[in-house]
Amino acid sequence: MKLVDTGNHFAAWGARLARVEVVSAYPITPQTQVIEEISRFIDEGEMDCEYIPVESEHSAMAAMIGSAAMGVRSFSATSSHGLAYMHELLHWAAGIRLPMVMVNVNRAMGPGWNIWCDHQDALAARDTGWIQLYCASHQEVLDTVIQAYRISEDFKVILPVMVCYDAIFISHSYMQVEVPDQENVDRFLPPFRSLWKLDLDYPLTHGSVIYPDDYEEVRFSMFQGLDNARGAIRRAAEEYRDIIGNYHGDMVETYRIDDADCALVAMGSMASECKMAVDMLRDKGYRCGLVRVRSYRPFPIAELRELLSPMRAVMVLDRGVSFGLEGALFSEVKAAIYGHGDAIVYNLITGLGGRDVRYDLVAERTEAALEGKMAPESNWPSLRLTEHHRVSKRGLEEYWKREGVL
Amino acid sequence: MRLRDFPEEELFLQGSAACQGCPGSAALRVAFKALGRETILCVIASCTSVLQSPFPVSALNLPTLNMAFATGGATASGLTAAADRLVARGTFKEKPTILVWAGDGGTYDIGIQALSGAAERNTDFIYVCYNNEAYSNTGTQRSGATPYAAWTSNTTRGKDEWRKDVAQIMVAHGVPYVATASLAYPTDMYRKFAKAKEIKGTRYIEIQAPCPPGWKFPSAHTIKVARMAVQSGMWMLYEHEGGKTTYTAGTQRIIQGQSKLLPVEEYLRAQGRFRHLFSPEKDEERIGEIQGRINHIFETLQFTHKMKEHIMDIELAPPR
Repeated sequence: MKLVDTGNHFAAWGARLARVEVVSAYPITPQTQVIEEISRFIDEGEMDCEYIPVESEHSAMAAMIGSAAMGVRSFSATSSHGLAYMHELLHWAAGIRLPMVMVNVNRAMGPGWNIWCDHQDALAARDTGWIQLYCASHQEVLDTVIQAYRISEDFKVILPVMVCYDAIFISHSYMQVEVPDQENVDRFLPPFRSLWKLDLDYPLTHGSVIYPDDYEEVRFSMFQGLDNARGAIRRAAEEYRDIIGNYHGDMVETYRIDDADCALVAMGSMASECKMAVDMLRDKGYRCGLVRVRSYRPFPIAELRELLSPMRAVMVLDRGVSFGLEGALFSEVKAAIYGHGDAIVYNLITGLGGRDVRYDLVAERTEAALEGKMAPESNWPSLRLTEHHRVSKRGLEEYWKREGVL
Repeated sequence: MRLRDFPEEELFLQGSAACQGCPGSAALRVAFKALGRETILCVIASCTSVLQSPFPVSALNLPTLNMAFATGGATASGLTAAADRLVARGTFKEKPTILVWAGDGGTYDIGIQALSGAAERNTDFIYVCYNNEAYSNTGTQRSGATPYAAWTSNTTRGKDEWRKDVAQIMVAHGVPYVATASLAYPTDMYRKFAKAKEIKGTRYIEIQAPCPPGWKFPSAHTIKVARMAVQSGMWMLYEHEGGKTTYTAGTQRIIQGQSKLLPVEEYLRAQGRFRHLFSPEKDEERIGEIQGRINHIFETLQFTHKMKEHIMDIELAPPR
């Protein structure tokens, strides 16, 4: 069935087709349409599911942990401040080893209040033990939510999965998507399974105090689970292609990379923009390609090594910043290919707070890098001083004068 | 129900890591006996996280999920929603009791939002606050449940503020059942748990839990201090359902005039956390303030009781 709808509504379709049985969520712009659509599905009898309208994101994740611990497939959706508010329980869900899926609509962090896209929210949740998958299209959002349950419930993984997609660009824009048949989704995704649940016949205690003598082993098992997820992500992508037909890459997606000697690296919808930048650079005679990082955690170390080690230059685009260092993806790409090849790695930090990332700007800055006109460090190519900043500065200057600060 | 009629099966096992004289373990034992095996337990960060014993052993003989501090009401919402699904699917013949066990820190302070949300949604579970009137697990810091003038490790000259009353806050939520309990009245506590088990919706039970190291009294005196709390009116036993409050056990006897209020001074003297009220010199003012509040409450209740007996049947208006 072909449907024209928003990215948010397709995330809800993903949960519906995955036969989710408990949804617990708290509204936050730009995620609200996800839970509105799910509650509509439930009200109209199209989805057999309990919906818990919790009073905060912290509680949304706590309720998810409760329902998944009872052995029921669970789903939530959040964004930005909501993700930050539930941060403690992101650690808990992963640490106690529960399979579940949550979509995070990537939105900038305040202040200043900003409901538009960047990746700062999810990047700040990087080290919680969650698998993080980034989508670049509406179709990929729907397909990835379904795949995420396969990955999360894989017995060698048993970890929660966060499906990330960009605020407004994907969440609120309308696109045509092929909605797969329930029958085929059921063939791809078996009923919920986990390695443990709260069971009246086996009254075990979960999540208790662990002394230093035993703690590191628990953390190492999470480390192994994330490592095993690489295989699970590849298998899920391939089997999904075989059964349902769509394929968006596995750990990474590539574009015109085979004969390239320079590569763009990006995540999310910005990577679609980069495809046009690649075409533009190719037209100018640069042998350029694209690597879109689809799985940020686990990080595609092997893929990046293989793809990027023959390159002479790599341009990494970050839609977020690790303050006091550089773009986080930039750091990690460099770390992954360290000692493998001679590529010089450049970095653009751009598109923060929903600012448009234009393919011609990406192409122009990449060309500058290739022509030796850019330092291999973080560059902020879209910074500009507008009249708004000047008005704000004049106001502050008056205050500084009055307070004797200047 | 007499003590000897309690079920023999122990769902709180021997060899726990509880302190000597721990009120929490005693309360768990009675509660588990009343609720039985068909119970899913969620323990919120508290002394109970520790006293159950560390990995890989456990004194809790119920399927147990340990959870973060502020999550009691919310976790119950997930547990009970999933249990409803499992009943609908036929995995469970009957829905198990969902029990959340939290301390006063996890209830009065950091967890009140999740509890309030769950109560507003009338989530189908029993929430227990075992109230030891401080953050005993982290070394006895003040909580919203710490009484006026009590020493804690961060109110070294006695707390300046009066405690809040979450049981009454739950009454104001209009949930189907709210009860308070005391370790010194175990049959009263057992009866309240057994009754709560049969009710659907949010049920809130708060147990006063005198803590020997936190309150600074000998570990053999836990039950004695708990009894003095009720006898002095510092802790009141009641249950609230259908818009009506019924006082029970020791509190009921005082209101009905069958026993006299114990002077609060005796209760305060039994605990090291109030030592500064008696030495180096007696703090008549603060002791008088505490006694004055108790007197006011009990005079009102005794008056209402007499009115009901002799003149007319009046009740406070139900909360909604």
